Amino acid sequence: MLAFTLRRAIQAIGVMIAVGIISFSMFRFAGDPVNQMVGMDTSGAERAAIRKSLGLDDPVIVQFGRYVGNAAQFKFGVSYQFRLPVANLLMERMPATLELAVVATIFAMVSGILMGVYSALRRDSWLTHVFQAVSLIGISLPTFLIGVLMIYLFSVTLGWLPSFGRGDVVHIGWWTTGLLTLSGLKALIMPSITLGLFQMTLIMRLVRTEMLEVMRTDYIRFARARGLTTRAIHFGHALRNTLVPVITVAGLQFGSVIAFAIITETVFQWPGMGLLFVQAVQNVDIPIMAAYLMMVSLIFVTINLVVDILYTIVDPRLRSTVSRAH
Amino acid sequence: MLVGRSLFAATLAGMLALATTPASSQTLRYANQGELKSLDPYTLNESTTSAHLGHVYEGLVARGKDLKIIPALAESWETPEPTRWRFHLRKDVKFHNGDPFTADDVVFSAERVRAKGSNFQSRVPADAKAVKIDDYTVDFILTSPNPILTALWATWYIMDKKWAEANDAVAPTPAAATTPSYASLHENGTGPFMIESHQPGVKTVYKAYPGWWRKPEHNLKEIVFTPIANPATRVAALLSGEVDVIEPVPVQDIERVKASSNATVLTGPELRTIFVGMDQARDELLYSNIKGKNPFKDVRVREAVYRAIDVDLIKNRVMRGLSTPSALMVAPEIFASKDSIRPKFDPDAAKKLLADAGYADGFEVTMDCPNDRYVNDAAICQAIVGMLARINIKVDLLAQPKAQYFAKVLKPGGYKTSLYMLGWTPDTLDSQNVLHDIMGCRDDPKDPNRGEANLAGYCNRQFDELADKVLVEADPAKRDLLIKQAFEVSMKDWAYVPLHQQALAWGVSKKVKLTQRADNMVMLYWATKQEE
Repeated sequence: MLAFTLRRAIQAIGVMIAVGIISFSMFRFAGDPVNQMVGMDTSGAERAAIRKSLGLDDPVIVQFGRYVGNAAQFKFGVSYQFRLPVANLLMERMPATLELAVVATIFAMVSGILMGVYSALRRDSWLTHVFQAVSLIGISLPTFLIGVLMIYLFSVTLGWLPSFGRGDVVHIGWWTTGLLTLSGLKALIMPSITLGLFQMTLIMRLVRTEMLEVMRTDYIRFARARGLTTRAIHFGHALRNTLVPVITVAGLQFGSVIAFAIITETVFQWPGMGLLFVQAVQNVDIPIMAAYLMMVSLIFVTINLVVDILYTIVDPRLRSTVSRAH
Repeated sequence: MLVGRSLFAATLAGMLALATTPASSQTLRYANQGELKSLDPYTLNESTTSAHLGHVYEGLVARGKDLKIIPALAESWETPEPTRWRFHLRKDVKFHNGDPFTADDVVFSAERVRAKGSNFQSRVPADAKAVKIDDYTVDFILTSPNPILTALWATWYIMDKKWAEANDAVAPTPAAATTPSYASLHENGTGPFMIESHQPGVKTVYKAYPGWWRKPEHNLKEIVFTPIANPATRVAALLSGEVDVIEPVPVQDIERVKASSNATVLTGPELRTIFVGMDQARDELLYSNIKGKNPFKDVRVREAVYRAIDVDLIKNRVMRGLSTPSALMVAPEIFASKDSIRPKFDPDAAKKLLADAGYADGFEVTMDCPNDRYVNDAAICQAIVGMLARINIKVDLLAQPKAQYFAKVLKPGGYKTSLYMLGWTPDTLDSQNVLHDIMGCRDDPKDPNRGEANLAGYCNRQFDELADKVLVEADPAKRDLLIKQAFEVSMKDWAYVPLHQQALAWGVSKKVKLTQRADNMVMLYWATKQEE
């Protein structure tokens, strides 16, 4: 078991290094950061001085060494655009992104499960067809389009919800939250639906299929024969057994919810890490790009690692194959 | 009784004060596509940043609504001799922290703006001396006459010496700063607004400064600035009434905003001139199928390109009427002459010129173009590709985001382009900047900065001589004549193809009255907002 965990941890570090190498080589093509840092008519000598002080003139291998060395110590330096430490900027933006991702995931789970269960139990109801149509839209329409359409409907036409930003936030230590104010809650609605829609359709389809499968199994038939109430059969037995894969998928998807928040945050001018990253790409702010990419890959790797370890704990079959392999 | 009377007097005074205080009670919410990246006024020489900081800082001079130089922190000035400028400073001006403004601050700012790390070093000539005569008089002693010394000073903001020294901010925050400096996160100007809070890239809140020396024209209590990069979101925020002013409005959304019930669009010509350049410096083009020679070195080929581009069609189709075709490389607000008429669009003549030059079958060339910098930039380039195809010049278009585009074509990238589109606003609002930076020879040993943005490598020594005379000529009439002559030389050389001045488009709520300035600086101290 320990050997297994260690091996997975080493693999995770390998993934991180690979991400580091790939992102570093991408920065070569992002453009010249100095152009974004000074005015158009800045003299060549001045530009050269800035390049030098940023270390952009050093040989690629030296730059790479410095980059890896700093990344290993989680030192990401100072943002080219804002002249502020990247770590501070990310910390400042992190609550916005995490709050959005968590709310979006909860929305996706709750509505996905409800819709999934309903459409599995009432396969021919008109509402089921509506749900199916919604799930088709959620899977096929791109996020930014859904976001923009919602803005035009709910902000511009109806004037119900704010079109951008987080509303008023409350500071709790270094954390900022929009969950405690009315404007903050209103501001969360559209971005979290936009972000969670894809996961929702995924979960709905998953729950529906699993439910249909479980409903055909022997123990459900036996439960029926025993005269249990439909309610107890559906929710006490059938739903509970479908939830294991659902939770796994939702957990694994949490990383991509954070990563995909980039698009939602751009559409809603949501002041989170994804928006910071997009602005960094436009302005060739390499320190922010590097830190963000490393952080997102760390989140992915950690989630996968935890899931792998949990699996071996939960599922004895996996454990035995692992120990047999040694 | 006595107490009662004084109480009554106090109440009356209070009521009077209430009645006479201007209704500065409004909050104006403003969204721009760009961000306010540093509060240090010497870090980034870019017009959006300068416009923001122009609300909190002031220069010795300012630019009025019509862009004319007007007195600001300097009440008046004179030039007793061509190389000595004397500025009489305004008394009773206080910085936001209460420090009085004096000559020391001007001398300090003149040093700081020229120090290493400042992006505004050219504001004050390197060899000029700022000398304090008394607390409210400063002399600038130059080594050569400079009739446009103050042209750039509206964005050379004066800082408080005492404050800078107390907060370890004597040196300007360099673009490549590795530690955050106090001055990049705090301000202490003399201007109409103070920054109450500033979260870079998220939100900045300005509060009106009650101690401002000028009588405010605005009726604002605060300004809340949010950068909104996504154009669709920005327009939606305006239409839903969540913000009062946005800049810019995308061309395709202008009609829709105008048709809405609560907002409108202020449009007007911008000073920026969009133009096309052709590499005429290299002996062989970098990106072309013609080897061993450079077709653009031939003046007939350049004329052919010029005549093949239909600027009116670009105006009507690509710009939806929102551009002003241009004959010169500067906007008419900067320099206008009734003799400068744009040569006619004439594809047949262009074809003949190409044939005369030996390119009857045309040639292939790659055009570089930004796609997120100017209004409809990539679409303009696309149109030009079609127009040049009609005279058999086959253009391969490489439209890229500005980060990649500028890295390739500017001097640090080695001017790697054969044909390109660029936009330029002379920040002096004077032709000399264009004559020197865009059209001057790149290899002048006496002046290595000449032609720095001359990506086409146009070079004519006679032109440079005229540009040098323009720099020192103090008599406005003679100076205008020299500028005109210089432009005529370049037009005879078909040096560049000026296309147009793009239009400004600011989205403004119907509750807000605002003055639009042609340099695209949004100055909200001229804004008034109706009571809600």
